[in-house]
Parts: sequence; structure tokens; C-alpha cells
Amino acid sequence: MGKPLIETKNLTKRYGASIVAVDGVNLTIRRGEVYGFLGPNGAGKTTTLRMLLGLIRATSGSASVLGHPPGHPESLARVGSLIESPAFYPYLSGRDNLRVVARYAGVPKKRIEEVLGIVDLTSRARDKFSTYSLGMKQRLGVAAALLKDPELLILDEPTNGLDPAGMSDMRELIKNLGRGERTVLLSSHLLGEVEQICDRVGVISGGAVISEGTVGELRGRGSVLVKANPLDRAREHAEKLLGPERVEESDGMLRLDADAAAVAGINRELVNASIEVSEIRLAERTLEEVFLEMTKQGG
Amino acid sequence: MLSSFSAEILKLYKRPANWTILAVALILSLVFNYLVPYAGYLGADNERMAEGILAGMMPENLVPNSIGGFPLFAGALALTFGAISVGSEYGWGTLKTSLTQKPGRMALFAGQILALAVAVATIVLVIFAFGALTSYAVASSQSEAMDWLPVMDLLRGISGGWLILMTWCLFGAMLAFLFRGMALPIGLGVVWILGVENLIVNVAAALLDFADDLQKFLPGVNAGSLVAALGGRAGETPGVNTAVDGTQATLVLAAYAVAFVVAAGMALQSREVS
Ligand SMILES: Nc1ncnc2c1ncn2[C@@H]1O[C@H](COP(=O)(O)OP(=O)(O)OP(=O)(O)O)[C@@H](O)[C@H]1O
Ligand SMILES: [Mg+2]
Repeated sequence: MGKPLIETKNLTKRYGASIVAVDGVNLTIRRGEVYGFLGPNGAGKTTTLRMLLGLIRATSGSASVLGHPPGHPESLARVGSLIESPAFYPYLSGRDNLRVVARYAGVPKKRIEEVLGIVDLTSRARDKFSTYSLGMKQRLGVAAALLKDPELLILDEPTNGLDPAGMSDMRELIKNLGRGERTVLLSSHLLGEVEQICDRVGVISGGAVISEGTVGELRGRGSVLVKANPLDRAREHAEKLLGPERVEESDGMLRLDADAAAVAGINRELVNASIEVSEIRLAERTLEEVFLEMTKQGG
Repeated sequence: MLSSFSAEILKLYKRPANWTILAVALILSLVFNYLVPYAGYLGADNERMAEGILAGMMPENLVPNSIGGFPLFAGALALTFGAISVGSEYGWGTLKTSLTQKPGRMALFAGQILALAVAVATIVLVIFAFGALTSYAVASSQSEAMDWLPVMDLLRGISGGWLILMTWCLFGAMLAFLFRGMALPIGLGVVWILGVENLIVNVAAALLDFADDLQKFLPGVNAGSLVAALGGRAGETPGVNTAVDGTQATLVLAAYAVAFVVAAGMALQSREVS
């Protein structure tokens, strides 16, 4: 598997005596994965990403990005990033802004047209940045992040300000960018987004990572809800089928620890025993429920 | 450093505000060195006065005419130029964009200072070139004999003028790095150039011994003395004086320029960028 692409150890950022923006974060991001950094407003996402890019210094703890300390020219050369909102020169056209960025990055000029094409901005590339809509500014920001054809892409809420169609395009784009060797670190407060795009998710709240895993792991196993009459007999049969530890009763329903494949079998068993089944359905916890639960405890 | 230099040059070249500053510096220079004197020459009451005015516009006076305004008004424009070039990066948040590309902070900074130096040299050369053209036009229209000045004098004038404007430009840039913006640096810088130095020289120096010594080390005073050493008319052109000799003036200005660069570089290196 090799060395992780990003590794942080107890990364901490304090502002003054009272604000702990990032609190002992340990992250390990591996080559090739699309990692979602999920957290509510003010959780410390942007602060963490700024530290990874060397824009701000950690108060304590350490980080390495592509084997170098944050902000090292060797690692910056291989990282494309968009932090918070896209920042460009208002008096320059979109294309000229990319020319400036390409010169800083030492990237050949022909790459500019390629990235304009990728974010679908070619037709407006001659217009001044100050005349761009929010969504166009965001797309230019992503184009600039792609100039270096980076091994690691760090995107801080890249769908911010986009309309539904724009969001969906952007997610598709990020998914495609994340195919193969390229690693993407994406921050978001949108669960659906992370769910669609990411391989692995770290949940940050109040500056600390409170949970980490694949979307499936975070969500946990689903369950099967059954409404039946009489309920106690239904329970007996369900326990016979699945074992007592996988059956519980709540709100006048049975909650069975089982997945979609088991639904038909459970139904047949109950009906054969002349139990009246008025409802049987799959209950998957949404990431949102999980998230709200976790961040309530954490915050 | 070269990559950031080329990026900075592109930004400077494409920014309309910079062309405005160049145009204003040029127009002010031509108006007060040639247009106003020429009008005075046409309306002069007597021959001797007319001759005197005309002589002042001749090519041999190209250096003092071109750099006469550098200690004050062109200096204020150079300061504004330095302050907006650096300060607006903070306002637009573009510093994070450039700092997350490849060069380290100091390489980026070096490229930026180098680009400012080239831009200031351009301003100086443009003012000299248009001054030369105008004075040539005046001289030939009045069928005056033209004595062009020796190349060495011209070069000394150009480099002295560059040193003065560069010092002011760096002053503005340093203030912008320190205050992370441009409004306050422009305000403070212009107040310093046009007001504070004046007060120290004309009020405080007469009353306090230490202020009298201090004035010999003020950037504006030394800029004025450098202009005088290069042929400027002390007492006649505002800001031009003979407080110190040309060598001291050059050294003091160079020391200020270096100090401004160091302070600005330290501010950029040590501060966080958000
Ligand atoms: N320069 C600063 N000075 C003081 N506090 C700061 C500074 N920058 C960030 N913070 C604080 O650190 C905390 C985390 O902020 P951060 O911007 O990292 O949150 P975020 O997760 O990116 O939130 P959002 O989803 O709103 O972008 C907040 O409480 C914020 O007020
Ligand atoms: Mg944020």
C-alpha cells in the first residue's frame, strides 16, 4: 500500500486562548482514494485544509503531504487545491487568470485550454472574472486546481453556490477525477454529496474527527421493520428464524436485524403461521441520521 | 523566482490601475515641466525672463526636469503603486491562490519585488523619454541650439530617479504587507510623504535639535537632496533641497530600500494567510 499520501498526527490549531479550531486530528489518506471530510459549519474543515497547504501553521501536532511538510514546494507542485471560495484577479479574464496561475505553477500554456474545457468554461474564458456568476467562479477555481494535473486534489466545498445541475456536473467531474491513481480530499457539509462521491469519510465536529470509515460502515447495517398482529406471536416466530438477539420491539413494531434479502423469507414464515402482516419494509439509516446523532454527541 | 516574476509581470501589465498611475505621473511631469513653462514663455513680459524659461526646457535640463517631482508627487504615486500591487492581493484573497502553486513564499516574494523594480524602471524611462521628446520639440520649434547631456549624466539621472521611486514604491509595498490591505497603507504613506516630513523639516527642526539631525535621515529629504545633486533646483522645485550631499542621499535611500524589503519579506514569511 505504501506510505499514505496525507498523514496528520494530533494536528491542532488554536486561535487565542479560547478557540480550538482543530483539535488533535489524526488523518490517514491513501493514494487513489476519494476521501470525504464531512462536518457542519465551523467544524474545522477549512482550517485543517489550510494547514495541509502551509497557508497557516499548526499550533501543535504534525502533518505530512506527499512525504513533505505542508507548504513545501515539492509537495505544492503536485497538489491542486481550492480553499473556501475561489480567489482570482477581478480585472483579468478567466483565461488570463489561469495564465497567471500557470506561470506561478510552472505549467505549460497548452494545459490552460484543457482545463477550461474540463470545467466547460471555454466559451466565457475571455470575459473578466469580475463578471462571472458564482457558479462560473467556482468552476474557474476547479480549473485552476487542475492546472498542475495534480496527484492530490484538495477541494473545500467545491459545489458551494452551484445550482442543482451544476452540483450534479461537479460531482460527476470529481468522481471522474478520482478514478485511477489520483487522490481527492473533499470537504463538504452535504451528506448526499459525500455519499455519492467518496470511498471513505471522516466526520469532523468541534475540531475533532469523531468517526471514520466507508459510507456503509458509518451508516451501519440496515434493519427490517414489521407491523403484525398479534405482535407477540410474530416476535416468537421472528426469534425462531433469526435468533432472539436480532429482534427488538419498538413503537408497536418489530425491528429485525436483517437485510433486504431476508424480507421475503420473514414474510412467508409469518403468513404461514396465520399472522396478519400489515407492513414489512426495509429501514436504512440515512447518513444524515447517523451524522446528526454523531455530531450531537460530539458537539 | 522566475516563474513568479513572469506571473507578476503579467498581472502588472494587465492591470488598468497601473496604466492610470503611469499616465498621471507622465501627464503631471509634462504639464509642470513643459506645458506651464511654455505658456509662461509665450506670455513673458520681457526678453530676459523668456530666455530663462526657455533655457529651463532645453534638453540639457532633461534630468532635473524629469526627476524634479520624484521626491513628492511622483513618489506618492510610486507609493500608491507599491501599495495597491501588494495590498489588493489581501483584499481579493489571491495570495492563497499564488502561495498554493509551486514557489515557496520567499521565491514568490523575490519575484514580486523584481517585477516592481522593472515596473518602476519603466515609469522612469517613460517619463524621461517623453520629456526628451517634448524638450526636443520645444527646442526645434524655437530654433534653439540643442545641447544633449552626456550619456553618463543621463544614466546617473535615470538610476537616481529609479532609486527614489523604488524606495517609495517599496515603502508602499511594505506597509501593505504589514497591514495586509491597501487603504491604510496608501493613506499613511501619502500623509507621510506630503505632510509629516514637511512638518519635521519646517516646524520641528527649527525648534528641536534632535529633529534637526533627524531630518537628514528622512527618506523624502534624502530623495530631495539626491535630485539636487543630480542638477535639480533646490528651493525652486518643491521637495528638492541641499540638506545632504549626493553620496549620503544615495546611501540613505538604498538603506531604506533594503530595510523595506527585509521588513516586508519578514511579514510575508511569518504571517498566516487566510
Ligand atoms: N483566523 C481565525 N481566527 C479565529 N478563529 C478562527 C479563524 N479561522 C477559523 N476560526 C474558527 O475556527 C473554527 C473552524 O473554522 P473553519 O473555517 O475551519 O470551519 P469549517 O468546517 O470550514 O466551516 P464551514 O463549513 O462553515 O466552512 C470556527 O469556529 C472559526 O470561527
Ligand atoms: Mg469552510
